[in-house]
Amino acid sequence: MDFFIQLITDPLGFYSAHQLLISQIGVNALLTLSMYVTLNCGLLTLANVGFMAIGAYVSVLLGLNQHLPLLLTLFVGGVCAALVSLPIGLPVLRLSGIFLAIATIGFGQVVVGAILNIPITGEGQGLTNVTADPAHAVIEIFMALVVTAYVLWRLGGSRLGQAWAAIREDSVAAAAHGINVARYRLSAFVIGAFIAGCAGALDANLNFFIDPSEYQFNRVVGVLVFAVVGGFTNVVGPIVGATLLTSLPEILRFAKDYRDTINGIILIAVILFRPQGLLGGRLRGGPVARLLARLRPGRRAPGAA
Amino acid sequence: MSRLLLAVVTAQPPSYYLQQLVNGIFSGSIYALFAVGYTLVFGVLDILNLAHSAVFTLGAVIAFVLLTHFGLPFWLAALLAIVICGAIGYGLDLVAFRPLRHRGAPHISSLITSIAIALIFVSITENTFGANSKRFPPGVAPSGELHIGAIGIDRLELFILALTLFLMVVLGYVIRSTRPGSAIRAVAENPRAAFLMGINVDRTIAFTLMISSALGGLAGILYGLSQHDVSPYIGRDQVELKGLAVIVVGGMGSITGAVVAGYLLGLVEVLVLVTLGTNVRSGVAFALLFLALVLLPAGLFGERAARRT
Repeated sequence: MDFFIQLITDPLGFYSAHQLLISQIGVNALLTLSMYVTLNCGLLTLANVGFMAIGAYVSVLLGLNQHLPLLLTLFVGGVCAALVSLPIGLPVLRLSGIFLAIATIGFGQVVVGAILNIPITGEGQGLTNVTADPAHAVIEIFMALVVTAYVLWRLGGSRLGQAWAAIREDSVAAAAHGINVARYRLSAFVIGAFIAGCAGALDANLNFFIDPSEYQFNRVVGVLVFAVVGGFTNVVGPIVGATLLTSLPEILRFAKDYRDTINGIILIAVILFRPQGLLGGRLRGGPVARLLARLRPGRRAPGAA
Repeated sequence: MSRLLLAVVTAQPPSYYLQQLVNGIFSGSIYALFAVGYTLVFGVLDILNLAHSAVFTLGAVIAFVLLTHFGLPFWLAALLAIVICGAIGYGLDLVAFRPLRHRGAPHISSLITSIAIALIFVSITENTFGANSKRFPPGVAPSGELHIGAIGIDRLELFILALTLFLMVVLGYVIRSTRPGSAIRAVAENPRAAFLMGINVDRTIAFTLMISSALGGLAGILYGLSQHDVSPYIGRDQVELKGLAVIVVGGMGSITGAVVAGYLLGLVEVLVLVTLGTNVRSGVAFALLFLALVLLPAGLFGERAARRT
């Protein structure tokens, strides 16, 4: 309870006490948005953690060796992740459902295997990241988050976003309406990879040490859980899911060693009672949305006038 | 590459490779046992049960606790642990899968609930059993080596191999030629049609999860025995992803495929270890998986091709 009391009564104190947590919330929200892009297009891909690793290592190595600023290295990291995702996506996106998930898990493991064998990455020993700046990272993280969320929100109503939604609902019907399913899927995959690469760079900036063990299967499963719990049919859901579940261990501090048990129980409860996720699904038809629609000028329901 | 190979080959006597081959077959037995349960549930429910690796862990941990804490003889402890794992399988269906199934929820929901269950199991094990790795006390299982030429074969591992093959034959018989077995196949084919034919779908699925979890628990016990390693993380670290690779390469839902691919993975791992060293092991296994999915989407023995669009 202390957590919420402090949040309301003493926001500044809360901020200094939980700065790292707030940064992690931002990074996790970005990662979840990267998964939202593909989930929203009907693709269950778990390659995000691999792209994240690429972004992290590229950005850290550029920072260490070329002394470039974070905003530039994170962009380069994202671009590298996107470039890798193109040749991966071409063959893999022909699969669907659980097979796509497994193939992309395989990709994540291959990236970890590659890092273990490329000398410049420090191999299994990891890299000491002296350029990390966890104390001031919050600004960059939330800038990236806001920009990403805004762009994705705007994309929702665009031709691209409509095509993704159509493919998610029924890929055969979408194809019959002249949507190039393969190309739109690839675009979602590449955009997701770019966001994951940037998130990886920002994540690495929070740690003075990175090693391949951070980019394992468990991490991407965690991100998937954020997305599903929050709901992945709009931009807000993934952010809410990541925020709630990242702060949950902190909120459940009183439960000490049984935090994970309670975490799991909450997860099951959400899936059982809100299968579409906390904010997923019928947002458009809900009472709040109807109220908002009525307040909005110039848009009348058909037949109202 | 070839120079590297040559260097390794000249460094070791031939019996070393035979020994490694034998080791590969034995670790393959554990993969096969684990993967059979995994693939059985996928075949029937069409979902990945990610709690399967946690049940693997629980099998080893429960047997260990029954043995050392309650002083039961080993065979009884193992048997009880397997029965308890079967019961856990039933509970798993009741809590994580049945409510979602009745609602017609998307598969991704069951994936998440199974992840949640795994989280809970591992957390409880951590808190009750402790996070450290423990060993079964010596002398509980057949020990000693049989020597054939220069190769030493562990009696325990021979026993594991024999048990695995025996269980696979029994399971194959149950699935092919008994009433519950044909119910399982019917539900796997089409749950709705099976229901209309008077099959109790819920009971069949619960039964499948019980068999699957009992096998998973047994695999955990055998792993703990042969590798001298019982900890809350053995399932997650040793078999979770490898099991996934095995069932894909074998063909999702195919029991024969899971067994063959399990042994194949054991052998490939040893081969990579011997020729390229430990660092590349996980990467190579998954690169192969990746290729298998793209080039051979039906797996080795799959009847259904990996769904493409």
